[in-house]
Amino acid sequence: MSSNWGWFAVPRPFTLLEGKAAPLDSDDVDTDQIIPAQFLKVTEKAGLRRYLFYRWRYDESGTLTGKFVLDRQEFAGSKVLVAGRNFGIGSSRENAVWALLDAGICCVVASSFGDIFYSNASKNGLLCVKLLADAVTSLRHRAKGGELSLTVDLASQTISGGGDAVHFDIERHIKERLLSGADDIGLTMGTYEGEIKRYELGAPRYLVPRRRAS
Amino acid sequence: MGESVFTKIWNRHLLAERPDGQSLIYIDRHITHEVTSPLAFESLRAAGRRVRRADLTFATMDHNVPTGDRSAPVADPMSAKQMDTLSANARQFGILCFDYASELQGISHVIGPELGLTLPGITVACGDSHTSTHGALGALALGIGTSEGEHVFATQTLWIRRPKEMRIALDGALPNGASAKDAVMRVIRSIGTGGAIGHAVEFGGSTVEAMTVEERMTIANMIIEGGARTAIVEPDEKVFESLKGTEFGPAGEDWDDAMDYWRTLKSDDGAAYDASLSFDVGGLEPQVSWGTNPAMTVGVSESVPRPGEVGQGERDSTERALKYMGLDGGEAVTSIPIQRVFIGSCTNARLSDLVDAARVAKGRSVAKGVRAMVVPGSQMVKREAERLGLDRIFLEAGFEWRNSGCSLCIGMNEDKLDYGERCAATSNRNFENRMGPGGRTHLMSPLTAAASAVAGTIADPRQVGILDVEQLGMVRRA
Ligand code: SF4
Repeated sequence: MSSNWGWFAVPRPFTLLEGKAAPLDSDDVDTDQIIPAQFLKVTEKAGLRRYLFYRWRYDESGTLTGKFVLDRQEFAGSKVLVAGRNFGIGSSRENAVWALLDAGICCVVASSFGDIFYSNASKNGLLCVKLLADAVTSLRHRAKGGELSLTVDLASQTISGGGDAVHFDIERHIKERLLSGADDIGLTMGTYEGEIKRYELGAPRYLVPRRRAS
Repeated sequence: MGESVFTKIWNRHLLAERPDGQSLIYIDRHITHEVTSPLAFESLRAAGRRVRRADLTFATMDHNVPTGDRSAPVADPMSAKQMDTLSANARQFGILCFDYASELQGISHVIGPELGLTLPGITVACGDSHTSTHGALGALALGIGTSEGEHVFATQTLWIRRPKEMRIALDGALPNGASAKDAVMRVIRSIGTGGAIGHAVEFGGSTVEAMTVEERMTIANMIIEGGARTAIVEPDEKVFESLKGTEFGPAGEDWDDAMDYWRTLKSDDGAAYDASLSFDVGGLEPQVSWGTNPAMTVGVSESVPRPGEVGQGERDSTERALKYMGLDGGEAVTSIPIQRVFIGSCTNARLSDLVDAARVAKGRSVAKGVRAMVVPGSQMVKREAERLGLDRIFLEAGFEWRNSGCSLCIGMNEDKLDYGERCAATSNRNFENRMGPGGRTHLMSPLTAAASAVAGTIADPRQVGILDVEQLGMVRRA
């Protein structure tokens, strides 16, 4: 059960990624599509891939149709998802990011992203690559047959697959966070543990609740 | 320039500021529950991390606990699993957990203040949006998500953008029949669901000064529905008094130390706010929501708006809301029949709320065809109410007397509305499907909800009749 979750509980450094690209021919994919609310009651991240894009992958009786792009044979093992514009809008649920990671997706390419999804992704080691709409469309087109392998180089901010490397922009603190593989907890403790300890040393005694002896 | 009480507490807990606008805040108290914590604990475990300050961290079960007989096993396997998971996590990480069987179990925002876990001038974080409730005691209270909860577990700190500040002054004496709930619903009705977005709201004014601490909790809780990030009230003697002798509050020398700090927690004259509003609640009548967000509210003597009657831009949403609520528009609020009544939730399930409901319920009967339940906010509230004989008043009137939990407020346990059922509720959200698929929720005060239970329609408590507290004949039983 726990064979593959450790790797995304703490993000790994994201430097160079090579992997198959799968096209997702939709704009405005909201997080409710990525993972419906009914699956938010779970107590583990592992296995969330089962609920990823649930309404698009299962029929009314709950049977996997196999028609969704990530379920098709030729896209098995895809690591990059090439979407359209406004990917990950809507509800703030972080489960959307966890479900993508659990399904093996390490990078999403789109022309724009929902703000909270974008930030949640960076916290969990999922890279969101923003490209111009034309470049996204062209990648999606080339990915259709299941034969496009992409190389995503975060350090040099390029993405390539066969043809010329395309440059992408990314905010500096997000790039650094992904490259270091440090999660927020690691960054906080690494940089601010001194401040935390200082506060704790100066905190009055009554701040720690003590149960009344009855 | 003077500082607000919010700024004073913020600065005291501020550890660092980052160029991207995020501030690192120390969290003095972390309360966690069974629904938003499991994945945070799982990540901690996977990374080999511990809870940095288990002694500042507390857990309770509230969102999906059954409110019926506690000796029976939990029927819903998903709920049972979340509860078991919380118990196991609390044990593993050394956190005190008020579990299903505990005498101290209750809704996080009810037990924090009543146990003395919430104190003036501290920072409180909890994985729930109505954490603002704790601000009624003069605490800086923040609702957080799962990853943020994990961050607090591991570091006892939180990264957050500093909210703007808004002061809302309420003035005037609340007339008979109008309560704190009506006051805050009136504010939300006026500012809209987005009116306070991005702001920490400081409540003040003569009405708030005159309020009990529990009444202040109701307004601090519900202003979240006006978009607020959090809420706060300057703590006063009433707050200090409410903390004396609590299970976990400071005692002895610690108490004196605490009081020295607590007395400094006032907003200075000339403190600057990004926005200021004031409301006169002197002529307020009971408020009732008719639609599918809390701002869709009118006075109990008014009619439901007709499609198109509300400001232009809102016409579509009015029509959608009317349709969902099964209303035509134009009907008198008091003509709307109800099938269910819910007196409960972190907004209105403290002892004074139950007393209010009893002031209308005593000596009367729940109307035929109506199922009414009283769900105390905590097991302590429940015991205290029973000592005062409130349970008998409710049971004799035909209300169900339940154990504590969130219950119908979120519909995660078995207390759900059936499709199309209409409920008079003292909770805080009337969103579509919130209390169960197809369920319809009208928000109101405990007085109004109890009056509606008796009438079988939404009703004006002043017309049904409100007893004085003395007339309840409350004698404290041992
Ligand atoms: S009572 Fe309702 S609003 Fe309050 S914590 Fe529970 S679910 Fe949330």
